[in-house]
Amino acid sequence: MKKYAIFLGCTVPVRSTCYEQSFREVVKDFGIELIDIPQFSCCGYPSRSVSRLNAVALSARNLAIAQQNGITDIITLCNACTENMTQANHLFHGESETKNKLNAILADLGYSYDGSIKVRHAVRFMYEDIGLEKIKTRIKNPLTALKIAAYPGCHYTKPSEIYEGFDDPERPHTLNDLVKATGASLAKYETACCGGGTLGAKEDTALKMGLATLKSMKADQADAIVLICPFCDVMFEQNQKKIEKTFGEEFNLPILYYPQLLGLAMGLPHELLGLTINRIKLDSVMEKISKAGKE
Amino acid sequence: MKEKICSDQLDPNFKYEVMREPGGEKLFHCFSCDTCTLSCPVRACEDEYNPRTIIRLILLGAKKEVLSSPLIWLCAGCFLCLERCPQDVGVTDLMDALKNMASREGYVPKSMKAQIDLLHKHGRLLEIGDFENKKRTKQDLPLITESIEDIQRIIKLTGASDYLPNETE
Repeated sequence: MKKYAIFLGCTVPVRSTCYEQSFREVVKDFGIELIDIPQFSCCGYPSRSVSRLNAVALSARNLAIAQQNGITDIITLCNACTENMTQANHLFHGESETKNKLNAILADLGYSYDGSIKVRHAVRFMYEDIGLEKIKTRIKNPLTALKIAAYPGCHYTKPSEIYEGFDDPERPHTLNDLVKATGASLAKYETACCGGGTLGAKEDTALKMGLATLKSMKADQADAIVLICPFCDVMFEQNQKKIEKTFGEEFNLPILYYPQLLGLAMGLPHELLGLTINRIKLDSVMEKISKAGKE
Repeated sequence: MKEKICSDQLDPNFKYEVMREPGGEKLFHCFSCDTCTLSCPVRACEDEYNPRTIIRLILLGAKKEVLSSPLIWLCAGCFLCLERCPQDVGVTDLMDALKNMASREGYVPKSMKAQIDLLHKHGRLLEIGDFENKKRTKQDLPLITESIEDIQRIIKLTGASDYLPNETE
Protein backbone atom coordinates (compact mmCIF):
# COMPACT_ATOMS: atom_id res chain seq x y z
CA MET A 1 0.00 0.00 0.00
CA LYS A 2 1.44 3.34 -1.03
CA LYS A 3 1.81 6.05 1.56
CA TYR A 4 2.32 9.47 0.00
CA ALA A 5 4.10 12.38 1.69
CA ILE A 6 3.82 15.84 0.19
CA PHE A 7 7.15 17.70 0.03
CA LEU A 8 6.64 21.45 -0.19
CA GLY A 9 10.19 22.79 -0.29
CA CYS A 10 10.95 26.45 0.40
CA THR A 11 9.20 28.51 -2.25
CA VAL A 12 5.80 26.86 -2.70
CA PRO A 13 4.49 27.19 0.90
CA VAL A 14 5.35 30.90 0.98
CA ARG A 15 5.12 32.26 -2.53
CA SER A 16 3.02 29.79 -4.49
CA THR A 17 0.33 28.72 -2.05
CA CYS A 18 -2.16 28.68 -4.94
CA TYR A 19 -0.19 25.76 -6.38
CA GLU A 20 -0.12 23.92 -3.06
CA GLN A 21 -3.78 24.51 -2.29
CA SER A 22 -5.06 23.51 -5.73
CA PHE A 23 -2.88 20.39 -5.78
CA ARG A 24 -4.13 19.29 -2.38
CA GLU A 25 -7.76 19.85 -3.41
CA VAL A 26 -7.48 18.06 -6.74
CA VAL A 27 -5.73 15.07 -5.20
CA LYS A 28 -8.29 14.92 -2.38
CA ASP A 29 -11.01 14.83 -5.00
CA PHE A 30 -9.42 11.70 -6.45
CA GLY A 31 -9.49 10.12 -2.99
CA ILE A 32 -5.74 10.12 -2.41
CA GLU A 33 -4.38 11.03 1.00
CA LEU A 34 -1.23 13.15 1.31
CA ILE A 35 0.72 13.07 4.55
CA ASP A 36 2.50 16.19 5.85
CA ILE A 37 5.81 15.64 7.63
CA PRO A 38 6.50 18.68 9.84
CA GLN A 39 10.28 18.06 10.05
CA PHE A 40 10.84 18.38 6.30
CA SER A 41 13.28 21.19 5.46
CA CYS A 42 14.75 22.66 2.30
CA CYS A 43 15.68 19.93 -0.20
CA GLY A 44 19.24 21.28 -0.32
CA TYR A 45 19.35 22.36 -3.97
CA PRO A 46 20.12 26.03 -3.21
CA SER A 47 23.44 24.99 -1.66
CA ARG A 48 24.62 22.87 -4.61
CA SER A 49 26.77 25.60 -6.16
CA VAL A 50 28.91 25.89 -3.05
CA SER A 51 28.67 22.29 -1.83
CA ARG A 52 27.26 19.39 -3.79
CA LEU A 53 27.61 17.29 -0.64
CA ASN A 54 25.53 19.68 1.44
CA ALA A 55 22.83 19.68 -1.24
CA VAL A 56 22.35 15.92 -1.19
CA ALA A 57 22.85 15.68 2.57
CA LEU A 58 19.80 17.85 3.23
CA SER A 59 17.79 15.64 0.86
CA ALA A 60 19.11 12.49 2.55
CA ARG A 61 17.82 13.76 5.90
CA ASN A 62 14.37 14.43 4.43
CA LEU A 63 14.33 10.96 2.87
CA ALA A 64 15.41 9.33 6.14
CA ILE A 65 12.70 11.14 8.09
CA ALA A 66 10.11 10.10 5.52
CA GLN A 67 11.23 6.50 5.89
CA GLN A 68 10.95 6.74 9.67
CA ASN A 69 7.32 7.71 9.10
CA GLY A 70 6.57 4.72 6.90
CA ILE A 71 6.34 6.79 3.71
CA THR A 72 6.71 4.92 0.39
CA ASP A 73 6.35 7.86 -2.01
CA ILE A 74 7.42 11.49 -1.78
CA ILE A 75 5.50 13.86 -4.02
CA THR A 76 7.31 17.11 -4.76
CA LEU A 77 5.84 20.31 -6.18
CA CYS A 78 9.05 22.09 -7.20
CA ASN A 79 11.24 20.92 -10.09
CA ALA A 80 14.45 21.67 -8.19
CA CYS A 81 13.28 19.67 -5.15
CA THR A 82 12.33 16.82 -7.47
CA GLU A 83 15.71 16.76 -9.13
CA ASN A 84 17.80 17.22 -6.00
CA MET A 85 15.88 14.66 -3.93
CA THR A 86 16.06 12.19 -6.83
CA GLN A 87 19.81 12.75 -7.16
CA ALA A 88 20.25 12.01 -3.46
CA ASN A 89 18.01 8.96 -3.71
CA HIS A 90 20.10 7.66 -6.63
CA LEU A 91 23.26 7.87 -4.57
CA PHE A 92 21.70 5.37 -2.18
CA HIS A 93 21.10 2.94 -5.05
CA GLY A 94 24.80 2.60 -5.89
CA GLU A 95 28.14 2.64 -4.13
CA SER A 96 30.27 5.78 -3.95
CA GLU A 97 32.38 7.85 -1.66
CA THR A 98 29.57 10.40 -1.51
CA LYS A 99 27.15 7.69 -0.36
CA ASN A 100 29.53 6.76 2.47
CA LYS A 101 29.70 10.39 3.50
CA LEU A 102 25.91 10.67 3.46
CA ASN A 103 25.56 7.56 5.61
CA ALA A 104 28.05 9.00 8.09
CA ILE A 105 26.14 12.30 8.25
CA LEU A 106 22.82 10.50 8.76
CA ALA A 107 24.36 8.32 11.49
CA ASP A 108 25.70 11.41 13.24
CA LEU A 109 22.14 12.78 13.33
CA GLY A 110 20.67 9.45 14.43
CA TYR A 111 19.02 8.58 11.10
CA SER A 112 19.44 5.93 8.45
CA TYR A 113 18.09 5.49 4.93
CA ASP A 114 18.05 2.57 2.50
CA GLY A 115 17.10 4.25 -0.79
CA SER A 116 13.71 2.59 -1.11
CA ILE A 117 11.43 5.65 -1.27
CA LYS A 118 10.16 6.75 -4.66
CA VAL A 119 10.49 10.50 -5.30
CA ARG A 120 8.31 11.97 -8.04
CA HIS A 121 7.09 15.35 -9.19
CA ALA A 122 3.41 16.04 -8.49
CA VAL A 123 2.63 16.10 -12.21
CA ARG A 124 4.42 12.85 -12.91
CA PHE A 125 2.51 11.36 -9.98
CA MET A 126 -0.78 12.58 -11.47
CA TYR A 127 0.17 11.16 -14.85
CA GLU A 128 1.28 7.79 -13.48
CA ASP A 129 -0.82 7.12 -10.40
CA ILE A 130 -4.09 8.85 -11.30
CA GLY A 131 -3.74 8.59 -15.06
CA LEU A 132 -5.15 10.40 -18.09
CA GLU A 133 -8.20 8.15 -18.46
CA LYS A 134 -9.38 8.67 -14.91
CA ILE A 135 -8.71 12.40 -15.15
CA LYS A 136 -10.73 12.64 -18.37
CA THR A 137 -13.77 11.04 -16.75
CA ARG A 138 -13.78 13.83 -14.17
CA ILE A 139 -13.78 16.81 -16.53
CA LYS A 140 -17.05 18.74 -16.08
CA ASN A 141 -16.15 21.99 -17.83
CA PRO A 142 -13.85 21.25 -20.77
CA LEU A 143 -11.65 24.31 -21.21
CA THR A 144 -11.87 24.28 -25.01
CA ALA A 145 -11.73 28.08 -25.21
CA LEU A 146 -8.19 28.19 -23.83
CA LYS A 147 -4.92 27.96 -25.67
CA ILE A 148 -2.22 27.04 -23.17
CA ALA A 149 1.56 27.34 -23.29
CA ALA A 150 2.40 24.25 -21.22
CA TYR A 151 5.83 24.78 -19.67
CA PRO A 152 7.24 21.80 -17.74
CA GLY A 153 10.60 23.41 -16.94
CA CYS A 154 14.04 21.81 -17.09
CA HIS A 155 14.36 19.64 -14.01
CA TYR A 156 11.01 17.94 -14.53
CA THR A 157 12.67 15.66 -17.08
CA LYS A 158 16.39 16.44 -16.84
CA PRO A 159 18.87 14.92 -16.20
CA SER A 160 16.97 12.04 -17.82
CA GLU A 161 19.41 9.45 -16.41
CA ILE A 162 17.78 9.79 -12.97
CA TYR A 163 14.16 9.78 -14.15
CA GLU A 164 13.70 6.24 -15.48
CA GLY A 165 12.67 7.50 -18.92
CA PHE A 166 9.18 8.51 -17.78
CA ASP A 167 9.20 11.35 -20.32
CA ASP A 168 11.32 12.61 -23.20
CA PRO A 169 13.87 15.18 -22.01
CA GLU A 170 13.94 17.02 -25.35
CA ARG A 171 10.24 16.79 -26.22
CA PRO A 172 8.38 16.20 -22.97
CA HIS A 173 4.75 15.19 -23.52
CA THR A 174 3.29 14.30 -20.11
CA LEU A 175 2.31 17.85 -19.18
CA ASN A 176 0.98 18.45 -22.71
CA ASP A 177 -1.19 15.34 -22.40
CA LEU A 178 -2.49 16.44 -19.00
CA VAL A 179 -3.31 19.92 -20.33
CA LYS A 180 -5.10 18.42 -23.33
CA ALA A 181 -7.11 16.24 -20.95
CA THR A 182 -8.72 19.43 -19.59
CA GLY A 183 -10.00 20.24 -23.09
CA ALA A 184 -7.57 23.13 -23.63
CA SER A 185 -5.46 23.33 -26.78
CA LEU A 186 -1.71 23.82 -26.82
CA ALA A 187 0.29 26.81 -28.00
CA LYS A 188 3.37 25.92 -30.02
CA TYR A 189 6.45 27.78 -28.90
CA GLU A 190 10.23 27.53 -28.73
CA THR A 191 11.06 26.29 -25.28
CA ALA A 192 14.21 27.16 -23.33
CA CYS A 193 15.24 27.39 -19.69
CA CYS A 194 13.22 30.09 -17.87
CA GLY A 195 16.44 31.66 -16.57
CA GLY A 196 15.60 31.21 -12.90
CA GLY A 197 18.90 29.48 -12.20
CA THR A 198 20.86 32.49 -13.41
CA LEU A 199 18.78 35.11 -11.60
CA GLY A 200 20.98 35.19 -8.50
CA ALA A 201 24.21 35.49 -10.52
CA LYS A 202 23.21 38.02 -13.18
CA GLU A 203 19.73 39.40 -13.36
CA ASP A 204 19.82 40.93 -16.83
CA THR A 205 20.98 37.65 -18.37
CA ALA A 206 18.16 35.81 -16.61
CA LEU A 207 15.61 38.35 -17.79
CA LYS A 208 16.82 37.94 -21.39
CA MET A 209 16.37 34.19 -21.05
CA GLY A 210 12.81 34.62 -19.79
CA LEU A 211 12.09 37.11 -22.57
CA ALA A 212 12.90 34.68 -25.37
CA THR A 213 10.36 32.09 -24.17
CA LEU A 214 7.64 34.61 -23.33
CA LYS A 215 7.95 36.12 -26.82
CA SER A 216 7.56 32.76 -28.44
CA MET A 217 4.51 31.88 -26.31
CA LYS A 218 2.88 35.19 -27.13
CA ALA A 219 3.60 34.76 -30.84
CA ASP A 220 1.31 31.73 -30.92
CA GLN A 221 -1.37 33.64 -29.01
CA ALA A 222 -1.32 31.67 -25.79
CA ASP A 223 -4.04 32.72 -23.34
CA ALA A 224 -2.02 31.59 -20.35
CA ILE A 225 1.11 29.71 -19.33
CA VAL A 226 0.69 26.54 -17.33
CA LEU A 227 3.55 25.96 -14.90
CA ILE A 228 4.56 23.20 -12.53
CA CYS A 229 7.56 24.80 -10.82
CA PRO A 230 7.66 27.79 -8.46
CA PHE A 231 11.05 28.84 -9.86
CA CYS A 232 9.68 29.13 -13.37
CA ASP A 233 6.97 31.22 -11.72
CA VAL A 234 9.59 33.58 -10.33
CA MET A 235 10.68 34.27 -13.90
CA PHE A 236 7.45 34.11 -15.90
CA GLU A 237 5.02 35.60 -13.39
CA GLN A 238 6.91 37.51 -10.71
CA ASN A 239 9.39 38.99 -13.18
CA GLN A 240 7.08 39.35 -16.17
CA LYS A 241 6.49 43.05 -15.50
CA LYS A 242 10.21 43.63 -15.18
CA ILE A 243 10.90 41.78 -18.43
CA GLU A 244 8.22 43.86 -20.17
CA LYS A 245 9.68 47.10 -18.84
CA THR A 246 13.32 46.21 -19.52
CA PHE A 247 12.77 45.18 -23.12
CA GLY A 248 9.77 47.35 -24.03
CA GLU A 249 7.50 44.40 -24.75
CA GLU A 250 3.99 43.66 -23.60
CA PHE A 251 2.90 40.13 -22.77
CA ASN A 252 0.21 40.26 -20.13
CA LEU A 253 0.32 36.48 -20.02
CA PRO A 254 -1.35 35.08 -16.90
CA ILE A 255 0.01 31.91 -15.37
CA LEU A 256 -1.85 29.00 -13.88
CA TYR A 257 -0.33 26.08 -12.07
CA TYR A 258 -1.47 22.80 -13.61
CA PRO A 259 -3.65 21.73 -10.67
CA GLN A 260 -5.47 25.07 -10.92
CA LEU A 261 -6.22 24.42 -14.58
CA LEU A 262 -7.36 20.89 -13.84
CA GLY A 263 -9.43 22.06 -10.87
CA LEU A 264 -11.24 24.55 -13.11
CA ALA A 265 -11.97 21.83 -15.64
CA MET A 266 -13.19 19.51 -12.87
CA GLY A 267 -15.56 22.22 -11.67
CA LEU A 268 -14.02 22.54 -8.23
CA PRO A 269 -15.08 25.68 -6.33
CA HIS A 270 -12.83 28.58 -7.35
CA GLU A 271 -12.02 29.49 -3.75
CA LEU A 272 -10.34 26.10 -3.29
CA LEU A 273 -7.98 26.72 -6.21
CA GLY A 274 -6.28 29.84 -4.84
CA LEU A 275 -7.14 31.78 -8.00
CA THR A 276 -6.95 35.13 -6.22
CA ILE A 277 -3.36 34.42 -5.16
CA ASN A 278 -1.97 34.49 -8.71
CA ARG A 279 -0.09 37.72 -9.20
CA ILE A 280 -1.11 38.37 -12.79
CA LYS A 281 -4.87 38.68 -12.73
CA LEU A 282 -6.74 35.85 -14.36
CA ASP A 283 -9.68 37.99 -15.60
CA SER A 284 -9.01 37.35 -19.29
CA VAL A 285 -8.77 33.60 -18.71
CA MET A 286 -11.92 33.47 -16.59
CA GLU A 287 -13.86 35.54 -19.12
CA LYS A 288 -12.93 33.17 -21.92
CA ILE A 289 -13.99 30.19 -19.84
CA SER A 290 -17.34 31.64 -18.79
CA LYS A 291 -18.12 32.93 -22.29
CA ALA A 292 -17.51 29.48 -23.73
CA GLY A 293 -19.68 27.96 -21.00
CA LYS A 294 -22.65 30.10 -22.06
CA GLU A 295 -22.39 29.25 -25.75
CA MET B 1 38.60 35.94 -18.48
CA LYS B 2 39.44 38.98 -20.60
CA GLU B 3 43.09 39.16 -19.57
CA LYS B 4 45.44 37.22 -21.80
CA ILE B 5 46.44 33.78 -20.64
CA CYS B 6 50.22 33.31 -20.33
CA SER B 7 51.38 29.77 -20.90
CA ASP B 8 54.21 30.10 -18.39
CA GLN B 9 51.67 30.67 -15.63
CA LEU B 10 49.53 27.62 -16.25
CA ASP B 11 49.03 24.85 -13.73
CA PRO B 12 49.29 21.44 -15.44
CA ASN B 13 47.81 19.75 -12.38
CA PHE B 14 44.59 21.74 -12.45
CA LYS B 15 42.82 19.31 -14.78
CA TYR B 16 43.56 16.45 -12.37
CA GLU B 17 42.25 18.48 -9.46
CA VAL B 18 39.03 19.05 -11.39
CA MET B 19 38.75 15.34 -12.18
CA ARG B 20 39.11 14.46 -8.49
CA GLU B 21 36.20 16.74 -7.67
CA PRO B 22 32.78 14.97 -7.70
CA GLY B 23 31.14 16.03 -10.97
CA GLY B 24 34.44 16.67 -12.77
CA GLU B 25 35.43 13.03 -13.31
CA LYS B 26 34.68 12.85 -17.03
CA LEU B 27 36.61 15.93 -18.13
CA PHE B 28 38.95 13.94 -20.39
CA HIS B 29 36.00 12.67 -22.44
CA CYS B 30 35.61 16.10 -24.02
CA PHE B 31 36.64 16.29 -27.69
CA SER B 32 35.62 19.90 -27.98
CA CYS B 33 32.68 19.46 -30.35
CA ASP B 34 30.85 22.57 -29.05
CA THR B 35 27.49 20.83 -28.50
CA CYS B 36 27.36 22.25 -24.96
CA THR B 37 27.90 25.82 -26.08
CA LEU B 38 25.48 25.56 -29.00
CA SER B 39 22.80 24.12 -26.70
CA CYS B 40 23.28 26.55 -23.85
CA PRO B 41 20.36 28.93 -23.14
CA VAL B 42 22.64 31.20 -21.12
CA ARG B 43 25.09 31.40 -24.02
CA ALA B 44 22.16 32.37 -26.29
CA CYS B 45 21.73 35.54 -24.18
CA GLU B 46 25.29 36.18 -23.03
CA ASP B 47 28.16 36.07 -25.56
CA GLU B 48 30.85 35.91 -22.90
CA TYR B 49 29.57 32.67 -21.43
CA ASN B 50 30.98 29.66 -23.26
CA PRO B 51 31.14 26.23 -21.60
CA ARG B 52 33.50 24.82 -24.24
CA THR B 53 35.97 27.65 -23.61
CA ILE B 54 35.79 26.94 -19.89
CA ILE B 55 36.63 23.28 -20.53
CA ARG B 56 39.54 24.27 -22.80
CA LEU B 57 40.86 26.59 -20.10
CA ILE B 58 40.73 23.78 -17.52
CA LEU B 59 42.66 21.49 -19.84
CA LEU B 60 45.23 24.23 -20.42
CA GLY B 61 45.63 24.69 -16.69
CA ALA B 62 44.29 28.23 -16.34
CA LYS B 63 43.31 27.60 -12.74
CA LYS B 64 43.06 31.12 -11.44
CA GLU B 65 41.30 32.42 -14.55
CA VAL B 66 38.65 29.72 -14.32
CA LEU B 67 38.04 29.66 -10.58
CA SER B 68 37.99 33.43 -10.14
CA SER B 69 35.73 34.01 -13.12
CA PRO B 70 32.21 35.25 -12.37
CA LEU B 71 31.17 33.54 -15.60
CA ILE B 72 31.14 30.04 -14.07
CA TRP B 73 28.30 31.18 -11.81
CA LEU B 74 26.07 32.02 -14.78
CA CYS B 75 25.28 28.36 -15.56
CA ALA B 76 21.53 28.01 -15.03
CA GLY B 77 21.83 24.29 -14.30
CA CYS B 78 19.27 23.38 -16.98
CA PHE B 79 21.09 20.13 -17.93
CA LEU B 80 20.60 20.56 -21.68
CA CYS B 81 24.37 20.32 -22.32
CA LEU B 82 24.54 17.22 -20.15
CA GLU B 83 21.69 15.62 -22.09
CA ARG B 84 23.20 16.36 -25.48
CA CYS B 85 26.92 15.84 -24.93
CA PRO B 86 27.97 12.99 -27.26
CA GLN B 87 30.83 12.14 -24.92
CA ASP B 88 28.83 12.18 -21.67
CA VAL B 89 31.16 14.75 -20.09
CA GLY B 90 28.38 15.80 -17.71
CA VAL B 91 29.01 19.49 -18.29
CA THR B 92 26.33 20.67 -15.82
CA ASP B 93 27.89 18.57 -13.07
CA LEU B 94 31.31 19.83 -14.12
CA MET B 95 30.15 23.43 -13.71
CA ASP B 96 28.94 22.61 -10.19
CA ALA B 97 32.30 20.98 -9.45
CA LEU B 98 34.04 24.19 -10.57
CA LYS B 99 31.77 26.33 -8.41
CA ASN B 100 32.46 24.08 -5.41
CA MET B 101 36.22 24.42 -6.03
CA ALA B 102 35.93 28.18 -6.54
CA SER B 103 34.04 28.40 -3.25
CA ARG B 104 36.87 26.67 -1.40
CA GLU B 105 39.32 29.12 -3.00
CA GLY B 106 37.30 31.98 -1.56
CA TYR B 107 35.33 33.07 -4.63
CA VAL B 108 31.81 32.73 -3.24
CA PRO B 109 29.32 35.27 -4.55
CA LYS B 110 27.49 37.24 -1.89
CA SER B 111 24.12 35.95 -3.08
CA MET B 112 25.27 32.38 -2.39
CA LYS B 113 26.48 33.27 1.10
CA ALA B 114 23.09 34.83 1.77
CA GLN B 115 21.38 31.59 0.77
CA ILE B 116 23.52 29.46 3.06
CA ASP B 117 22.80 31.96 5.82
CA LEU B 118 19.05 31.57 5.30
CA LEU B 119 19.30 27.79 5.31
CA HIS B 120 21.31 27.99 8.51
CA LYS B 121 18.82 30.32 10.19
CA HIS B 122 15.54 28.79 9.03
CA GLY B 123 16.29 25.38 7.50
CA ARG B 124 14.73 26.79 4.36
CA LEU B 125 15.31 29.56 1.86
CA LEU B 126 12.24 31.53 2.86
CA GLU B 127 11.39 32.16 6.47
CA ILE B 128 8.07 30.85 7.74
CA GLY B 129 6.92 32.79 10.76
CA ASP B 130 3.57 33.81 12.22
CA PHE B 131 2.77 36.09 9.29
CA GLU B 132 3.23 33.36 6.70
CA ASN B 133 1.41 30.79 8.80
CA LYS B 134 -1.53 33.14 9.30
CA LYS B 135 -1.82 33.48 5.54
CA ARG B 136 -1.59 29.71 5.18
CA THR B 137 -4.38 29.19 7.71
CA LYS B 138 -6.66 31.44 5.64
CA GLN B 139 -6.16 29.04 2.74
CA ASP B 140 -6.77 26.06 5.01
CA LEU B 141 -3.13 24.93 4.63
CA PRO B 142 -1.28 23.21 7.48
CA LEU B 143 1.04 25.26 9.70
CA ILE B 144 4.76 24.92 9.12
CA THR B 145 7.37 24.95 11.87
CA GLU B 146 11.05 25.44 11.19
CA SER B 147 13.35 22.67 12.41
CA ILE B 148 16.89 23.95 12.27
CA GLU B 149 19.04 21.87 14.62
CA ASP B 150 19.67 19.06 12.14
CA ILE B 151 20.20 21.51 9.31
CA GLN B 152 22.83 23.49 11.19
CA ARG B 153 24.63 20.26 12.05
CA ILE B 154 24.61 19.13 8.39
CA ILE B 155 25.91 22.50 7.22
CA LYS B 156 28.75 22.13 9.70
CA LEU B 157 29.53 18.52 8.79
CA THR B 158 29.64 19.23 5.04
CA GLY B 159 31.82 22.28 5.49
CA ALA B 160 29.20 24.57 3.94
CA SER B 161 29.45 26.53 7.19
CA ASP B 162 32.67 28.01 5.77
CA TYR B 163 30.48 30.06 3.44
CA LEU B 164 28.30 31.69 6.07
CA PRO B 165 28.69 35.45 5.85
CA ASN B 166 31.16 37.10 8.24
CA GLU B 167 29.72 39.38 10.83
CA THR B 168 30.93 42.34 8.77
CA GLU B 169 29.15 41.17 5.59
